[in-house]
Amino acid sequence: MITVKKLVKRFGLKTVLRGLDFVVQEGEFVALLGSNGAGKTTFLRILASLSRPTLGEVRIAGYLLPVQAAAVRRKLGVVSHLPLLYGDLTAEENMRFFGRIYGVAEMSQRIDEVLELVGLTSRRHDLVRTFSRGMQQRLAIGRAILHDPDVLLFDEPHTGLDQDACDMLDRLLRKVAGQGRTVVMTSHDLARVEDLASRFDVLSRGVISASIGRSELGRNNLLDFYQQALAG
Amino acid sequence: MENNQQSSEHKPASNFLGAINAIVWKDLAAELRSRELLSAMLVFTLLIILIFNFALELDPSTRRVATPGILWATFAFAGTLGLNRSMSVEKDRGCLDGLLLAPVDRSAIYFGKTISNLVFMLIVEAVVLPVYSVLYNTNLFNPGLIVVILLGSVGYVAVGTLLSSMAVQTRTRDVLLPILLFPVVIPILIAAVKASSGFLQGLELAEIMPYINLLIVYDVIFTAAAYMVFDYVVEE
Repeated sequence: MITVKKLVKRFGLKTVLRGLDFVVQEGEFVALLGSNGAGKTTFLRILASLSRPTLGEVRIAGYLLPVQAAAVRRKLGVVSHLPLLYGDLTAEENMRFFGRIYGVAEMSQRIDEVLELVGLTSRRHDLVRTFSRGMQQRLAIGRAILHDPDVLLFDEPHTGLDQDACDMLDRLLRKVAGQGRTVVMTSHDLARVEDLASRFDVLSRGVISASIGRSELGRNNLLDFYQQALAG
Repeated sequence: MENNQQSSEHKPASNFLGAINAIVWKDLAAELRSRELLSAMLVFTLLIILIFNFALELDPSTRRVATPGILWATFAFAGTLGLNRSMSVEKDRGCLDGLLLAPVDRSAIYFGKTISNLVFMLIVEAVVLPVYSVLYNTNLFNPGLIVVILLGSVGYVAVGTLLSSMAVQTRTRDVLLPILLFPVVIPILIAAVKASSGFLQGLELAEIMPYINLLIVYDVIFTAAAYMVFDYVVEE
């Protein structure tokens, strides 16, 4: 579903990604781990077609970036630590707006389904700026899946959430990922992703330095794996 | 995944126009609720024309000469305020990324933002003209002048929307926009002031037409240029 070959990204003289290779099969849930500044967000922004690669090849669902970016965007849903929502519009108005620019068919029915899924049906007529951070993040997930994308990209979605909101978000992430979607989620919180992902990749020094599947990972040693990957 | 989405390959024009419509609707609906942008622009413009009124204390004949300059200086400053605010709203909560992630040609975002910025600017101008007429005892309800204001505003907003989407990516966006914008819009401001002056002084249309033509050419060229480069401006 996602194939990245020899990806390089430079900002001026600074090289953030140095020939990164990355493959995700359809239906996989990959946790992309790494310390702050490792380039996780930069990598995800390239996958989301928000940033151009300096060198290398990026394909999502067979479409090449940045040449076929519009086709890629049709397949993508993105959630970041910012809600990407308008505070002066209600939850339903936000959904309707994004539904229109994403070209969603049978919009009213789809909005009902999505608001039900994220548990915000009762707050659909409230302004988003009156929502708690957790509710905004749930609505952000609703926005990301509104057009029923094949691939979901989550960039540190738990940032700024309290424990209860994180747990609620995890339940929602499982539900959304369980619908056969391919998911890539960046995080530096190992405990949070341990129960969610089917594969763990570590981004360090601009490349994927280690990768391990859930089945190969013994219980409670994700931390060991992560520390070895960073040290190696 | 089931086919919940209309293919833009099948209906590119409706998707493109639908996205423009949606962005304009969103901007107007959000502004109707918050009234942050329009109120700031209106208060600012009214203060400027009041200050000019007291500072210059012009006699009637000088007033007619100074009016186009005062009007366009006011529109330009207020326009900058509006352009900055309009793009900051998109950037602050990451909404610009939300727009850029839409599977439509990104120039739809540019046209949507340009149209809503133009609407806000025209609303401010529609309020300013009668207030100015009363304060300066000058009749500004001249069809020619209205056309010049429309053409000038289109050009100003066409360039301003493009440059504000560049400036908003930087930390110094509030300062950067006027520094980038004013040198580029000098031709439009000069043409607009000269054409406005011509209509207010009752000159022959033939004498004013070169400036009107300049405004039209500027509008077309800069809208086309913005259409071509917007994708590169907003992408990292």
